[in-house]
Amino acid sequence: MRLAEAWRVAADALRANRLRSGLTVLGVLIGVAAVVVLVGIGTGARYEVERQVEGLGSNLLLVFPGETTVAAAPTLSRLSMADVEAVVRVVGDRDRVAVQVGSGEIVRAGTASRFTSVLGVLDTTTQVFVRDLSRGSYLTRSDVDTARRVAVLGSRVADALFGDREPVGAQVTIAGVRFRVVGVFAPIGQGLGVDRDDQVHIPVTTAQRLFGTDRIDAMAVRAPDRDTIRDLGDRIVAELSRRHPDTAFSAVTQDEIIGVLGGILSVLTWVLAAIAGISLLVGGVGVANIVLVSVRERFREIGLRKAVGARPRDIAVQFLLEAVLLTGVGGVAGIGLGVAAALVVAATSPVPAVVTWWSVALAFGVSVAVGVAAGVVPAHRAGRLDPVVALRSE
Amino acid sequence: MRVPAVEAEGLTRSYRMGDTVVHALRGVSLRVDPGEYVAVVGPSGSGKSTLMHLLGGLDRPTSGRLVVAGRDLSTLSANQLAHLRSTAIGFVFQSFYLLPRTSAVDNVALPLVYQGVPARVRRQRAAALLGQVGLAHRLTHRPNQLSGGEQQRVAIARALVTEPSLVLADEPTGNLDTATGRAVLELLESRCAEAGVAVVLVTHDREVAARAHRVIQMRDGQVV
Repeated sequence: MRLAEAWRVAADALRANRLRSGLTVLGVLIGVAAVVVLVGIGTGARYEVERQVEGLGSNLLLVFPGETTVAAAPTLSRLSMADVEAVVRVVGDRDRVAVQVGSGEIVRAGTASRFTSVLGVLDTTTQVFVRDLSRGSYLTRSDVDTARRVAVLGSRVADALFGDREPVGAQVTIAGVRFRVVGVFAPIGQGLGVDRDDQVHIPVTTAQRLFGTDRIDAMAVRAPDRDTIRDLGDRIVAELSRRHPDTAFSAVTQDEIIGVLGGILSVLTWVLAAIAGISLLVGGVGVANIVLVSVRERFREIGLRKAVGARPRDIAVQFLLEAVLLTGVGGVAGIGLGVAAALVVAATSPVPAVVTWWSVALAFGVSVAVGVAAGVVPAHRAGRLDPVVALRSE
Repeated sequence: MRVPAVEAEGLTRSYRMGDTVVHALRGVSLRVDPGEYVAVVGPSGSGKSTLMHLLGGLDRPTSGRLVVAGRDLSTLSANQLAHLRSTAIGFVFQSFYLLPRTSAVDNVALPLVYQGVPARVRRQRAAALLGQVGLAHRLTHRPNQLSGGEQQRVAIARALVTEPSLVLADEPTGNLDTATGRAVLELLESRCAEAGVAVVLVTHDREVAARAHRVIQMRDGQVV
């Protein structure tokens, strides 16, 4: 029998039981759509993390106390401005080193107030990280050296405190102390779980006085190029370890952060895909069941086809194609639904969902493979059926 | 001398049913020449149907030699047997066995599907055969739109569409009233005679059997 003919026979058989075929297809469709959507969400999350990490700047080293490669802000820091100067000597260029000491504080302007993250930083911050200002100017070196009470507001903070009014030149109080606003950041969005628009930058020297501390939470260094970044990181860690023999330090690159977070999210993506795969498997069981029923119902037809010259293989192919057709149709429809659902998720929620060609190919390939696997046993049985027995059945 | 349509020697067929062995055929020998019209008669359980299944290559004998259309069936694989059924043998069944939801012309064309004949050629040949059995006006009708006699005529066209050398008919008039049955038989006989096809007709109706050139009487798995 020609293959085109076999397809037609299989399609006719499925059309004869529209509702049954439709429900079976639905099982596969849901499974495939779930794979596409869940893998899309996992992949989208990974892309988003990569985008955020790469959006920080280029060739960055994040330096902080602690063993972990990717750490939350450490609660206890032994780093001080003296350590920063030592690191500057290792790096050889003050402009490549940024620091941070942070505290949650209430910032007020007139009657408006906002609890926000106040960060003591160096004037080099905008040279190390990608940070653009929408108005005013950033902190200067003399602001840092003389511990001036000047502040640069994140866009969300500026909006909350000043609305449509001009913030630059206005007064705010931070923890009760007066500051003059010198600049406002352009909106930049989330970065590794931190809302970077909900921040206020003040000189690190001012911040240490305000917070009553001489600690530094973390440092960031922009390496001259990608090739020397790891070596530079090692030298910085060695210098800090020499100065604080009892404390461990970490210097991680953006690639390492992406690697670790990406690894976690890859595992997450595969877990999601596996869960979706279970529903696809259930759909496949439904297909196997329906093909078994289809074979059972059509014993007489099988017997007749054999009597007029069908080989065992012709019969097997006919039923195998029924299974493949059910899963193929379910697969294509499921991809359509999955892609649509991923687009809706991406458009209407903060969850990024990215449909990749490989997840679509995987879902379709798996669904057809499920069809073949589900169909092969019933099809083989149909092909082997004794024509005498088949013809006698009622 | 012409090659016989069927040549059987000492055919036996036993089944195991639970603990007992049923001997459906106990040594049947027969020969049917091309164009010959043979009726096999006998009571239920005499082995008529088993013999027909063996002659049609749907089943294999337990022992004995069986040659159909010049091919020794014991030497054929399952696929070769299917090919023999496809090219050399036509079946007509008591219950017609037409495919439901399938037009008369496609039912007649079905055996050609397994010979790989293109759809257009199949339909042409099937339509021609339906014309010969007087159903030129029923090409696109489905089995449930046809009378019993019409359905059996479609089945006869289907049996002949591959130009076989042997047609096996199992109680072809069993589900038809007497007049319709007689008309169907006349058609079967005339079409087969014209094409030089050997016919083996299984029946327990003496009147039907009487029309054949030769009657083979069976009892308890043997020819008597």
